Amino acid sequence: MIEFFLNGEHQTLANADPNLSILEWLRTKMRLTGTKEGCASGDCGACTVSIGSPDQTRPERLRYDSINSCIGLVGSLHGCHLVTVDALKQEPVHPVQKAMIDCHGAQCGFCTPGIIMSLFTLHTARHSDALLAQQPVPDHQLLEALAGNLCRCTGYRPIIAAGRKACVETWSPAADQPQPLSGPDWLQAPDMIAALTRMATQRSGLEEVATHRRYDTPLTVAELRSLRADHPNARLIAGGTDLALEITQQLKDLEHLIAVDQVAELKTTEIRSDALYLGAGVTYRQMQALLPQYWPHFAGMLERLGSLQIRNKGTLGGNIGNASPIGDMPPALIALGAELELDSTEGVRRLPLESFFLDYKKTDIKPGEFIRGVTIPLPHANDQLLLYKISKRLDDDISTLLGAFWLRFDDADRTTLSDCRIAFGGMAAIPRRAQATEKALIGQSWDAHSIAAAVAALASDFQPMSDVRGSADYRNTVAGNLLTRALLETTRSHTDPALPLTVNDYA
Amino acid sequence: MRKLPSHSAQTPTSARGVAGKSAHHDSAWKHVSGQARYIDDIPEAADLLHAAVGQSSEAYARILSMDLSAVREYPGVVAVVTVDDVPGHTDIGPVFPGDPVLAGDIVEYIGQPLFAVAATSMRAARQAARLAKVEYEKLEPVLTTEAALAKQFFVRPSHSQLRGDPDRALANAPHRLQADMHVGGQEHFYLEGQACLVEPTEDAGVFVHTSSQHPSEVQKLVAEVLDLPIHEIQVEVRRMGGGFGGKETQAAPLACISALLVRTTGRPVKFRMARADDMIQTGKRHDFYNTYDIGFDDNGLLQGADIMVAGRCGFSPDLSDAIVDRAMFHADNAYYLDQARVTGHRCKTHTVSNTAFRGFGGPQGMMIIERAMDDIARHIGADPLDVRKRNLYRPGRDQTHYGQTVEQHVLAELIDSLETSSDYRERRTAITAFNRRSPVIKKGIALTPVKFGISFTAQHLNQAGALVHVYTDGSIHLNHGGTEMGQGLYIKVAQVVAAAFQVDLERVKVSATRTDKVPNTSPTAASSGSDLNGMAALDACETIKQRLVDFAVQTYKVEPGDVTFSNNQVHVGTQAFGWAEFVQQAYMARVSLSSTGFYATPIIYYDREAGQGHPFLYYANGAACSEVVVDTLSGEYRVVRTDILHDVGQSLNPEIDIGQIEGGFIQGMGWLTTEELVFSDEGQLLTTGPATYKIPAVSDAPLDFRVALLPHSPNREATVFRSKAVGEPPLMLGISVWSALRDAVASMADYRFSPPLDTPATPERVLGAVTATRRFAGLNDTASGAAPCKSA
Ligand SMILES: Cc1cc2nc3c(=O)[nH]c(=O)nc-3n(C[C@@H](O)[C@@H](O)[C@H](O)COP(=O)(O)OP(=O)(O)OC[C@H]3O[C@@H](n4cnc5c(N)ncnc54)[C@H](O)[C@@H]3O)c2cc1C
Ligand code: FES
Ligand code: FES
Repeated sequence: MIEFFLNGEHQTLANADPNLSILEWLRTKMRLTGTKEGCASGDCGACTVSIGSPDQTRPERLRYDSINSCIGLVGSLHGCHLVTVDALKQEPVHPVQKAMIDCHGAQCGFCTPGIIMSLFTLHTARHSDALLAQQPVPDHQLLEALAGNLCRCTGYRPIIAAGRKACVETWSPAADQPQPLSGPDWLQAPDMIAALTRMATQRSGLEEVATHRRYDTPLTVAELRSLRADHPNARLIAGGTDLALEITQQLKDLEHLIAVDQVAELKTTEIRSDALYLGAGVTYRQMQALLPQYWPHFAGMLERLGSLQIRNKGTLGGNIGNASPIGDMPPALIALGAELELDSTEGVRRLPLESFFLDYKKTDIKPGEFIRGVTIPLPHANDQLLLYKISKRLDDDISTLLGAFWLRFDDADRTTLSDCRIAFGGMAAIPRRAQATEKALIGQSWDAHSIAAAVAALASDFQPMSDVRGSADYRNTVAGNLLTRALLETTRSHTDPALPLTVNDYA
Repeated sequence: MRKLPSHSAQTPTSARGVAGKSAHHDSAWKHVSGQARYIDDIPEAADLLHAAVGQSSEAYARILSMDLSAVREYPGVVAVVTVDDVPGHTDIGPVFPGDPVLAGDIVEYIGQPLFAVAATSMRAARQAARLAKVEYEKLEPVLTTEAALAKQFFVRPSHSQLRGDPDRALANAPHRLQADMHVGGQEHFYLEGQACLVEPTEDAGVFVHTSSQHPSEVQKLVAEVLDLPIHEIQVEVRRMGGGFGGKETQAAPLACISALLVRTTGRPVKFRMARADDMIQTGKRHDFYNTYDIGFDDNGLLQGADIMVAGRCGFSPDLSDAIVDRAMFHADNAYYLDQARVTGHRCKTHTVSNTAFRGFGGPQGMMIIERAMDDIARHIGADPLDVRKRNLYRPGRDQTHYGQTVEQHVLAELIDSLETSSDYRERRTAITAFNRRSPVIKKGIALTPVKFGISFTAQHLNQAGALVHVYTDGSIHLNHGGTEMGQGLYIKVAQVVAAAFQVDLERVKVSATRTDKVPNTSPTAASSGSDLNGMAALDACETIKQRLVDFAVQTYKVEPGDVTFSNNQVHVGTQAFGWAEFVQQAYMARVSLSSTGFYATPIIYYDREAGQGHPFLYYANGAACSEVVVDTLSGEYRVVRTDILHDVGQSLNPEIDIGQIEGGFIQGMGWLTTEELVFSDEGQLLTTGPATYKIPAVSDAPLDFRVALLPHSPNREATVFRSKAVGEPPLMLGISVWSALRDAVASMADYRFSPPLDTPATPERVLGAVTATRRFAGLNDTASGAAPCKSA
């Protein structure tokens, strides 16, 4: 059985198909049709809902995050408060709704419920902090909140205007007769929080009686280990942002899912001697708060990875586990020399991340194993990590290629490169290092001459494919150009902000 | 047309929300609270079935056999039908035959529907539809425009428009350039996919709820497929979650297939396409292959042009004849071509049949002449804006290559005004200076105009009907043939009605478009929605008003001129009555308070044989100035600022018009930049979802986006309250972004080279332009060798 709240009301579910998405459940079983389907692949945001869960940093409070309900499975709702647009029908209207009307932010209206929920979630987050509530929302944060919501009609300008306007306005409850969903208090109802806190300690699951399809939710690594050992054919699911596409796009009916997202140990982030340890269940959203502290380039890269909805759900383990050649974290982590930790009833196994990927979507994972985490050596004084993601569209687009350059210089002047690891995504069937290129650079002076040699060497490292995201030629040319960009970025006496090197600098 | 409307909707003491004022979309609250119902939100009957179709996996083949047993046996499946089960017509081509409702012996594109399934859930229907075993005999497909051109393989005959003697003009011109370009297609990506819900009626007919821009055509085609008189079919469209032309003809097949399944099962059937199926099975904007041969003088003034536009129509004619016509009509955009020939081809390929998309071929035609303007400028070393301005239509140089004279010259002033308000010249100077210093990032700027002809080029479509009822409490019910897809048509026409009676907008209620209220309607397309339906509604109002005036004259013994309507009142001589009170009096006196209205656009005609005529009632105009930054190492780019000045005549609703302009611009920009349709060598569409097909997202919108309406510009033609159509024209403002990208890249060769840049100008194509420019400038392929820059 799973337990959760929907728009303030307690819900339980036991006999249900684990392949059922939250969106389908809302629309077909609950007949709550406010939430729309535009793609069922996580790309358009029409299905955006807000998920409340116990806030790790503030006890007795829920934090709310936007997700795509089309690729969230019902099983993942256990212990959550699911808020949909259907809750927002009371007078006085939510500031976000009022601003969207005032600014003419809806034309055909089909994207609108999703936009409302993205802005509602942003508004809720800002108003959970008395200080932020009064300040204008930074454009950057507003655009981030909206980047996963496509609108084909408006051109976005009025939606941005509505977001700005709404964020500084308070949502007040109805003055005269109190209504259950009016004003923000119900989002933090104490008995609901108490119930959700209780649920977090209870193991949940689904089983569809007619088909025996199952969804298991272990709470500890020990439980996960034994489930994994007993059901080697079951599929692991973390955020589901990748796996759910098999269900919604390929129409597969998966027989048995084991969720790893409730396993607390997999969410660890800590410094272990001179390395950073990240559990497999850490989400992109959490990594965004952490990784740029050590390697600033992660900020720009993670911002372009998926959308906020995806980053709220998608995990490090899922990004490694799906072994996509265009996953964005693996090349970065390979360049950093990260070590992968696998776990099973047989014990823990560690190996360099780069040797985990064997061939297209094939990894070295053994039956019964799961990814437990990665260990990343912390930077030294003269180390630098450069991450360059290239995609057709700047927001929410899978990389055509991604170049990750870990550079270790002799000294602060960066005249000579004493060591480097260069890895690319999108250049081969797996994320992989450019060994010939590295060889051409290590021990050489860091200048245009060496870069030219490295660009030449690159040709022997990769024979990329042509596909919908770009031709082999384009990938080869840009991979070489990114070396040039790396040189320019690290050596310019000209860190002249007036002469930027990428279009991201204009965001 | 019986009466000319008054020139202005506004009277000194005006009622609230009448035409000319901003009013919110009539569904605004329902939109933001998730209560606006789209097809898939209509409450479902317990016995509802869901439809899906089996798709061809071959581009061109003969079907040898089709084994559907596994489909029939799949749990949940209730019925499976093929073309043999169709009682009536099997061809549902909208204008010309060529579109089988379900495939017969031959398939002509990958994804073509072969059979249809009805099952108890959408998932079961889709899963079952994949289980057919089909044997094909492969035939040799034609997949590209060039291949079709080489084989003269067309869906409709080619034709030309000719003015003067272009061959001689070209031969004698001081300068002559020739070039070709590919202009990409575009997926509509309406956020609401195609959908319909069809219910059986007690008379063996059907009631169709559909997301369609053309309910009357859906009605007719369903009737033909079921072999019933049209009156047995009713079609209702409350709203669409976006249309953009993609639901003009493309919604009908779903309704026809569903109706067939309703006929077979006796149960209601819903057919909602999953996104991938929608992208595979429904038509898109035509991609074009265009060429020009132009001659001009030392100042860049055109003396002659020979232009060819060739659209990839896909396997059937659909609307392609008119779409390529419109590309031909717009191959001049805003410029006087002088001696000119424009030839249009309608290429047949074994791909999905391309269809209407905002602009209807016009944008694709314009691209070739806009490319020419840039090319001329680089050739003579002038600023592209000066070349554009020099070539604008103006008195004396005002006849198009199809014989229509441009009468209202709005653009020269409009461009001057935008040039000033956008600081074009100052920014041009700053950009040139920046580019000289910046090694990797290059900036570009361009100001491009749009002149777009308004009217359906098929004359008979330029008609509309409306139905207005005034109830005894003074509330008004309005219905017309136009459909609401987000463009705000319902509210605009309601504002027209409110203005006609001079009552508050709240008194007017618009109801869903229905074929049994207003019959034989035209599609809501060609930007004509408010022009046509606004006039028809006004006509109905005028009829009712006339009856009210007659009643007042009789009852109160006044002259007709003594009866006026203003601010929710009817003034009769010296007396004033509240609107509701007066309506009540008229009712008691047995005055009819209901009327139909009708409108047919005057003047227009086109002789296709001669390629000459007056196909447009008027032109809509606008211009945009966009600035971009380009990364010359990756080809990635961003739009940093766009200024738009657009002419909507006397706006019916300024906020809604601005929304159309902004949205149109972004959609046009997307078409020319990141939206790339990729097909495999076998003709299979590979970009079948938003994961690979990238429409603009929020931060693709210009960081600085300034849109204004051209003030004091009433339409010279007697359109509804002197407004101008606004649906399509702004899309082409997006061309400014493409031209700015070329400008940025051209800076690398000191603006002496006009880099070819086919569209969509993805980062990959932009990088290709960078490489070509470097090659021209004799630079090596690294950034360190930045362009040697002299002043342009
Ligand atoms: C709209 C959209 C945009 C996206 N954009 C990007 C992008 O820009 N860059 C990018 O890299 N990716 C992108 N993705 C892919 C995104 O799904 C992954 O990056 C994400 O990290 C997957 O994590 P998850 O937790 O959701 O994985 P899931 O979907 O839960 O799982 C993915 C796979 O990993 C396996 N798995 C999960 N956890 C473990 C574990 N602990 N041990 C072993 N195996 C495990 C699962 O069995 C499954 O096979 C995008 C996806 C979507 C839908
Ligand atoms: S429906 Fe498009 S993201 Fe969920
Ligand atoms: S309003 Fe139509 S998609 Fe946004």
